[in-house]
Amino acid sequence: MRIAVGQGSCGIAAGAAKVCAALQEQLPPNVKLGTVGCIGMCWLEPIVDIYDDDNTLLHRLVRVRPEDAARILKWTQDGEDFNIMDLIIGKDDAQFLTQQTRIALRNCGLIDPESIESALAAGGYSAVGRILSADSGMTPEEVIECIKVSGLAGRGGAGFPTWFKWNAARQSPGNEKYLICNADEGDPGAFMDRAVIESDPHTLIEGMLIGAYAIGAQEAIVYVRAEYPLAIRRLEHAIEEARAAGYIGKNIMGSDFSCEFRIKAGAGAFVCGEETALIESLQGQRGMPRLKPPFPAEAGYWNQPSNINNVETFANVAWIINNGGEAFAAMGTADSKGTKVFALTGKIRRGGLVEIPMGMTLRQVIFDIGGGIRDGKAFKAVQMGGPSGGCIPAELLDTVIDYKKLAATGAIMGSGGMVVMDADTCMVSMAKFFLDFTAKESCGKCVHCRIGTKRLQEILTRIVEGNGRAGDIELLEELCLAVRDGALCGLGQTAPNPVLSTLRYFRDEFEAHIRDKQCPAHSCTALLRYGIDADTCRGCTLCAKKCPVSAISGTAKNAHRIDPDICVRCGACYAVCKFGAVRKL
Amino acid sequence: MECACTKQKSDLSLLAPVLAEYASVRGSLITILQKAQEIYGWLPVDVIYHIAEQTGTTPARVLGVATFYTQFRFQPVGKYLIMLCDGTACHVNGSAAIAAALREYLHVENGGTTADGLFSLSIVACLGCCSLSPVMMVNEDTYGSLTPQSALAIMKDIQAKEAAQA
Ligand SMILES: Cc1cc2nc3c(=O)[nH]c(=O)nc-3n(C[C@H](O)[C@H](O)[C@H](O)COP(=O)(O)O)c2cc1C
Ligand code: FES
Repeated sequence: MRIAVGQGSCGIAAGAAKVCAALQEQLPPNVKLGTVGCIGMCWLEPIVDIYDDDNTLLHRLVRVRPEDAARILKWTQDGEDFNIMDLIIGKDDAQFLTQQTRIALRNCGLIDPESIESALAAGGYSAVGRILSADSGMTPEEVIECIKVSGLAGRGGAGFPTWFKWNAARQSPGNEKYLICNADEGDPGAFMDRAVIESDPHTLIEGMLIGAYAIGAQEAIVYVRAEYPLAIRRLEHAIEEARAAGYIGKNIMGSDFSCEFRIKAGAGAFVCGEETALIESLQGQRGMPRLKPPFPAEAGYWNQPSNINNVETFANVAWIINNGGEAFAAMGTADSKGTKVFALTGKIRRGGLVEIPMGMTLRQVIFDIGGGIRDGKAFKAVQMGGPSGGCIPAELLDTVIDYKKLAATGAIMGSGGMVVMDADTCMVSMAKFFLDFTAKESCGKCVHCRIGTKRLQEILTRIVEGNGRAGDIELLEELCLAVRDGALCGLGQTAPNPVLSTLRYFRDEFEAHIRDKQCPAHSCTALLRYGIDADTCRGCTLCAKKCPVSAISGTAKNAHRIDPDICVRCGACYAVCKFGAVRKL
Repeated sequence: MECACTKQKSDLSLLAPVLAEYASVRGSLITILQKAQEIYGWLPVDVIYHIAEQTGTTPARVLGVATFYTQFRFQPVGKYLIMLCDGTACHVNGSAAIAAALREYLHVENGGTTADGLFSLSIVACLGCCSLSPVMMVNEDTYGSLTPQSALAIMKDIQAKEAAQA
């Protein structure tokens, strides 16, 4: 029997390492204990899987605590289910996985990320073996053709056809070429790439090897954001293992193909996710984007032909080589092929990693797979594409997941962040949140972005603080268009999207803030009023005792009152009232 | 007035192995700065001058690169660096209340360090553990599903551990 504990960063944060240590301490000799990555069911962490000797999953245990170790191990000896009944995953929760189609995440949570044997047993490096095979191998052109047939588009955000970029880099003159993986994953609320690297680093390495072979690169570089220490450690380890096994280095698998690998840790700058800024950063400079053209395929890293792809893009490549481009293209819609991974978070009941074929609706992902909104509240909007994207409201939940269809809503497919919001979320303050982010992350090279995002941020700030003026909405719209059209790189060009899309669907919320000085979601502190419902109040005096500024008056057993002129809207009374008598007005 | 760089007296010999490995490799400035920060905990001004000299560039360029990236610090950092996430998911799930609780309890603003040198507070965007939001990291440990109470409990645990060691 074998026990596997899910230990991605999220599992470890939920306590998986302690569970693992507790199991280790009492481990009977006939049970093996191992580590796997993240299965994507983050809301159930820590997760422990029990396999029999034929590698069949016997039980998946969820929300396991270190105290549970003893009875889990007892079960491995006596097999009496009642011992661990309460830990076994529920039928509803288990459906989270059965409704998915996993290609990029195919091994995540199933194999040991720190063991190349585990990756090899799952078919790792077989696609490299296939293309490099002496008698039945594939030429670089054939590899590019296979990717073309698959219809694979870049998963980093823009959705550019992968084969086209590979072909351009291949055709570019020069012998010194570079293949770069963008693992900067700067979109807040997205963690697909982290999960792939932490859970299945060899699949990334294999996809990159195939890309390097296709474009003719001798060196592959992974640019990983510094906030992902575990991902960096596991990838370093995987590169060492792959080198020792002959998949990295000179004459890979006895062929003429040689490729070196290295990791570069980012240093914290969102704009470095933009490919030309990433190249500047790799060269040890300030990460400021360059004007395109020339594209990296012509003049990239050290001015040599370079190709940059996202982690998830690479994670699909080996599967495509093994199963054929047609198999990948068979999934999805007319112009979006294959699957896409989303990080489902926010006010969602089942938050985690979801990989689905293109063409599913947002409703299926959020409600069928994600289980809908937590605490039975109403769905308000889903944010896709982070600071470059937009919000999609409830009436568009039947929108199909497809690059063009999503773009038509004003949001974008993006890299995969899907943050779900309920009725308590103020859309004006969300727009401000994203502009705070882009204004801070703007590199300052071009005026439209540097100053435009700052002005947008200022206007949004005054609106949420109750100082909005008539004409502010029109001013926002005018500025948004100017920034979009005038900015140098994608950061500035897309920075207005969160504002434009919230204005499109939630204009009345902007108007309520500006005209009526009201926040309909009762979320903007400056516009909030607290009051006590006289009929519900029992006169327990707790709120009056908690109030830091003595704004609450009333005697025991009689209804209390808040003086709005003294109240500082800290919410202490609201939090402390046991009877729900304190109301947000 | 005396120049700040002459007042600071860091042990520059600690950096020698890093410079030996990277000083002549093109494009290594960020790597050198990262290794320097690992050694000193931050980037003292004399270290910046030393790196410039050893890599054949100007202090202005080194500082220009270092200040571009949020990872680099120009002041000593506390023994425990708290990175509290205010990414989208954490924001929607109430990270502001946790920030307020930490600020009040530790008497420290974003970017600051407590008087006893134990904690530095840094508010960051997304630690990649969004499904456990709100999230914070204290040095290399990640804590999820925070409430203001649980965040303070973590602080108190650390303080108790430190007091026991002292
Ligand atoms: C401001 C900005 C940030 C970006 N951040 C990322 C990122 O974190 N990860 C990523 O893969 N692509 C990011 N991109 C997109 C990259 O520029 C590039 O298009 C992508 O890495 C190409 O890979 P793909 O074709 O596989 O998608 C960003 C773009 C912009 C404008
Ligand atoms: S938004 Fe906080 S960890 Fe991602």
